[in-house]
Amino acid sequence: MLKGSLGLIALSSLLLSGTAFAQEKIKVGVTATLEGTYTVLGEDGIRGFQTALNVLGKKVGDKELEFVIASTDATPDSAVRAVRKLIEQDKVQILLSPLSGDEGIAVKNFAKTHPELTFINAASGAQETTYVDPAPNFFRYNMDGAQWQVGLGKYAYETKGYRKIATVGEDYSFIYTQVFGLVLEFCGAGGQVTNRQWVPLGTKDFASVIAALPDDVDAIYLGLGGADAVNFLNQYQQAGGKAHLMGGSIMIDQTILSSKGNAKQALVGTLAASGQADTWEDPGWQKFVKDYQDAFPPNKRFPSPSLLATNYYGSTMALILALRQVNGDLSDNQSKYKAALAKIELDAPNGKIKLDANRQAIGTNFVTEVVDDGKGALFSKVVKVIPNVNQTLGYDPAVFAKIGLPSRTVPECKKY
Amino acid sequence: MTRFIERHPAWALIIIIAVAVSLWLIFAVWPPGLEDAIGRKRVFLNALFNGITLGGLYFLVASGFTLIFGLMRNVNLAHGSLYLFGGYVGYAISASTGSWILAFIVAFILTALVGVLLQVLVFRRMEGQDLRQTMVTIGLSIVFADLMLWACGGDFYQIQTPNWLIGPIELPLITAVKSSGEPVYLRYPLVRLVIFLASVIIGIAMWLALNRTRIGMIIRAGVDDRDILAATGVRIQIVFVLVFALGAGLAGIAGVVGGTFQSLSPGEDIRFLLASLVVVIVGGMGSIPGAALGALIIGLAEQLGSVYIPTYAIVVTFLIMVLVLALRPQGLLARR
Repeated sequence: MLKGSLGLIALSSLLLSGTAFAQEKIKVGVTATLEGTYTVLGEDGIRGFQTALNVLGKKVGDKELEFVIASTDATPDSAVRAVRKLIEQDKVQILLSPLSGDEGIAVKNFAKTHPELTFINAASGAQETTYVDPAPNFFRYNMDGAQWQVGLGKYAYETKGYRKIATVGEDYSFIYTQVFGLVLEFCGAGGQVTNRQWVPLGTKDFASVIAALPDDVDAIYLGLGGADAVNFLNQYQQAGGKAHLMGGSIMIDQTILSSKGNAKQALVGTLAASGQADTWEDPGWQKFVKDYQDAFPPNKRFPSPSLLATNYYGSTMALILALRQVNGDLSDNQSKYKAALAKIELDAPNGKIKLDANRQAIGTNFVTEVVDDGKGALFSKVVKVIPNVNQTLGYDPAVFAKIGLPSRTVPECKKY
Repeated sequence: MTRFIERHPAWALIIIIAVAVSLWLIFAVWPPGLEDAIGRKRVFLNALFNGITLGGLYFLVASGFTLIFGLMRNVNLAHGSLYLFGGYVGYAISASTGSWILAFIVAFILTALVGVLLQVLVFRRMEGQDLRQTMVTIGLSIVFADLMLWACGGDFYQIQTPNWLIGPIELPLITAVKSSGEPVYLRYPLVRLVIFLASVIIGIAMWLALNRTRIGMIIRAGVDDRDILAATGVRIQIVFVLVFALGAGLAGIAGVVGGTFQSLSPGEDIRFLLASLVVVIVGGMGSIPGAALGALIIGLAEQLGSVYIPTYAIVVTFLIMVLVLALRPQGLLARR
């Protein structure tokens, strides 16, 4: 009897406190790839997100932000399932999602079925997400895969003197977009891309792919990420591969550069381009690196934040700062909040970011080279910083539209 | 052999032609026309060898699976978890002691122990109840997967290849002839050849143990008729425990192998469970030679598929499974 009444009191106090705090909470759903090939990327994304919360705090006026995290595995259906669960079961009002390219396209389409909510892209980088039929309530504060390759093709052609390259990439939208950016610039400068190989996401055995790499090229471009990249490098080393390498934005990244084992040594000297460079001297970047390092013990993080951590940090920053501008006002289908998001200019760790008419980021890009710090840790060193990179990569929008959407064979290797 | 030719002359002819063509493809220097049509010989030879070595890995996983099924009629769907567990144990040992060989031994012993525990604590309690056992193993595989995720995280691990195995060796197979007339020989990763040889040795040892020893005789008798064997006074429960330990231990060894030339991460358990299911369905449930043949076919299909029809590579293995199920549902080398 006593037990029962105690339980009742506890329950009612819980209910009371629930109603008391209900108006003061804003629920935000977050997704990350915490399963499958891109697990490590998702984990570091969440670290970037938590770093942002440490720096900015969870308070918006008198309201408190509450976060619900859901896991995906880089497939579009897993992302939609996670987002739907967050909306329908957890009743979130704002989404910070998703991480990977194909997920991005699916979530953008799903966003149209919930025009009253706000979707902030966490890190995905397929071009189609914001370029084709964008959703009015989907905002992306990171650049897409093609923007992240700006500068690489020219640098490889002009400074390194590469004339012919071949590419190996995972067979999905983000890597299509990356190869799109690379091919456009490299072929535009006069280079040739002789061969494009595509492997399914989650490939474990690359031995045959490695054997099929051509020998008569100056460099091989790798558009792989997560477990795939590590498997590739390991088997590349076993096969005695010696070619010059170039890397995509998630290939030359702390997720790979600080993986266990010594296969990554093959990457020293590799050229790459990305939305960040580990050794950039900008004070904003250095502060972010320090915040990240302070937030987690050394064995629970990378030596320096990965691109995913940076993207999640930037997106979380936009989410919170815009919410503060409107003082947490989500009335009228969040229209004030959406207007604030569209206008906001971020002073992100990896440079200034603003949005274009499609709510796609215009930002800074970095060409990098992998260096060994002398103690066996690998970092990407800046060789070139390119500000104000837009989604049409500096092309006239009409010309850009004629190139076509990134795919296995688009763009053709020619000057547009 | 002669009986097979007498009974199936058409099939025998097809097989002989196929063998002759593949031997020619492997040893001859390809004429230029052929290289234009299907690509360079180096790519073909590499894909072929990769298929065979991958088949070796699949065989290691699937042989334990099929052995357990053959004797106990128990579809152990936690077999993939044993693979992953063995891999993680192997990683821990090789990272702390630096010894690759020791990793195999410890992984074998620990996974075998898990196998013994499974048999004694779980399967003995529900002997002969196929459905219940299957459901329990599904449940166990989910629990194991989460436990391993908790202990090892979502990171991917790679077991360090020992230095003497890193790099390629030249095989006496000519892939092309340079314009100077100098032959170019095939270079192939040494570690894969060693792993393949090891799996062949394990396969032969298992075959010998099953066919030439007393305990093998008991196991074969148990596969044929468990009840009669028990009635003759053999302590069948001990045989069960032994076989389960061996099958689990093999999965553990396979985990170390897989961790060496691929990588270990959550999800690998399901992938290898699926692979061994496909392998034993193609080869024939309960048959060791069947597992070897099935593993070879699936390994080759995956690798040749990934080179020649990359878009549909994933479908090929399942297509083979569907064909086998349609034409010879008991599997290619099933006993009945």
